[in-house]
Amino acid sequence: MAELWQLTIHEAHQSLAQREISSVDLTRACLDRIGQVEERVKAFVTVTEAVAMPQAEAADQRIAAGNATPLTGIPVQIKDLMCTKGIRTTCASWMLENYVPVYDATAVSKLLGAGAVLLGKGNMDEFGMGSSCENSAFFPTSNPWDLARVSGGSSGGASASVASGEVAYALGSDTGGSIRQPSSLCGVVGLKPTYGLVSRYGLIAYASSLDQIGPITQDVTDSAQVLNAITGHDPKDSTSLTQQTKDYTQALTGDITGLRLGVPEEYFVEGMQAGVRDAVQKAIADLESLGATIVPVSLPTTKYALACYYIIAPSECSANLARYDGVKYGYSYQDTDNVLEAMEQTRQRGFGMEVKRRIMLGTYALSSGYYDAYYLKAQQVRTLIREDFTRVFQEVDALVTPTSPVVAFPQGEKINDPVQMYLIDVCTLPINIAGLPAISVPCGFSQGMPVGMQLIGPHLSEATLLRVAHSYEQATEWHKARPKL
Amino acid sequence: MSLDNAEVEHLASLVRIGLTNHEIETLRDQLSQILEQFDVLRELDTTSVIPTGHAGNLESVMRDDLPGECLTIEEVVSNAPRTEGDLIRVKAVLEE
Repeated sequence: MAELWQLTIHEAHQSLAQREISSVDLTRACLDRIGQVEERVKAFVTVTEAVAMPQAEAADQRIAAGNATPLTGIPVQIKDLMCTKGIRTTCASWMLENYVPVYDATAVSKLLGAGAVLLGKGNMDEFGMGSSCENSAFFPTSNPWDLARVSGGSSGGASASVASGEVAYALGSDTGGSIRQPSSLCGVVGLKPTYGLVSRYGLIAYASSLDQIGPITQDVTDSAQVLNAITGHDPKDSTSLTQQTKDYTQALTGDITGLRLGVPEEYFVEGMQAGVRDAVQKAIADLESLGATIVPVSLPTTKYALACYYIIAPSECSANLARYDGVKYGYSYQDTDNVLEAMEQTRQRGFGMEVKRRIMLGTYALSSGYYDAYYLKAQQVRTLIREDFTRVFQEVDALVTPTSPVVAFPQGEKINDPVQMYLIDVCTLPINIAGLPAISVPCGFSQGMPVGMQLIGPHLSEATLLRVAHSYEQATEWHKARPKL
Repeated sequence: MSLDNAEVEHLASLVRIGLTNHEIETLRDQLSQILEQFDVLRELDTTSVIPTGHAGNLESVMRDDLPGECLTIEEVVSNAPRTEGDLIRVKAVLEE
């Protein structure tokens, strides 16, 4: 039998339900694993052992009473920008280093209601801004496959903790690729749901029209299980969708015969690594042999998505982050009587360089004289990008692309070159712009590092994406590969 | 589009972020370089294209104005850097 910390959610659930193991055993095994590897991986901002153990004991009682859910008693890490009542939530920023929320994010309270065991808060790029987890104010998270390389970002702590067996699964958030890209770089499964499917209440805002919470898991079955638990209308989020929740595990039929999968040529970009291209092409051939029809398609607006994103996201961020003024909560510079100076010093010392860069970029794009040329233009281009997707989804059920054009790169390589760093997200940004769901699944290796395949679908097509991803997973072994630490 | 130091300083004052001289220069170069990347959007004719502000099909959400559970004052001020009783203490905004 596998070590307890290696179990997927569905494996652990089965063993817990049959009383072969207890949640206390499982939680202790994950804490021991954290003790072994965390010093090298650094995936956690905070480990919450004192919270987890009582939750594990309560979960064991719930299991004994016969009212367990598929998540009861199973350890999870939560990205450190989702509010957790009584547990500090930092956004990996000095600004919120000591911020202790007085309420739970809806996604968190849904997991806790299902009996999840909260093992800690995940490291990330500050406020979700970055693609390598190197923008954490505290420390970078390493890639468990090669500790000298980045874990991806911004949910790098989430993907690295799952890949290294510190937790069974994690919750991340995705504004431009922040669930899918680190999942791809660490060789795990990352799902970004349709905008509005999961409540954003208690998710500390970066770019409100793009942000979405989703699961990072060891396999596709687990992804469906977590999605089941966190979806649903929430009156506390005015953008929360109102349709009925459903059981996504029912989509995992293993049959994709007759599905039409589009391959957009624009996603096989210039500068893409050959090893990534080969792995994704092989995966597309595998999908064809599983019964899908592969259709070449074109999304000509793809090349405008990067510019569109880096106008819209910073614009929204400049407004959202205006709240950090050192008055109501967060870091506060006190060594002056001048209110303006206090604010400037608070924000100078509290924010890291990437956050400052995006606040200033967004403010520039929104300022009078430039509004039409930048912000309005980007919103119009957003319409064209959405229309492009709408058109191809009349021909195909889903799209298959690489998740990232490159495998995990060495730490330090791109951190001083924002333009190069932004280019990493070229395959994931358009999906947020259009509010679509997409999943990244492991599909091979290049340079000894994991490669991810991205499946993209129309709004609310999560069931189709999970079906295709699961079918591919059944036919391959990539998702079973784990780093040696 | 390239920015000069004065424009970066003006932006920094708008967003209330203090910057060192070194940061001003770094940001001047980096922001200019990023703005250059945006030029690509000019290739697209967007005359009469309706802007998209949101990815979903949003409608205004209304609810009845009914009293419900809310945070206590102690909870609301629990993270404030400076408090006085139930209140958050701020620096003087108006000069005498």
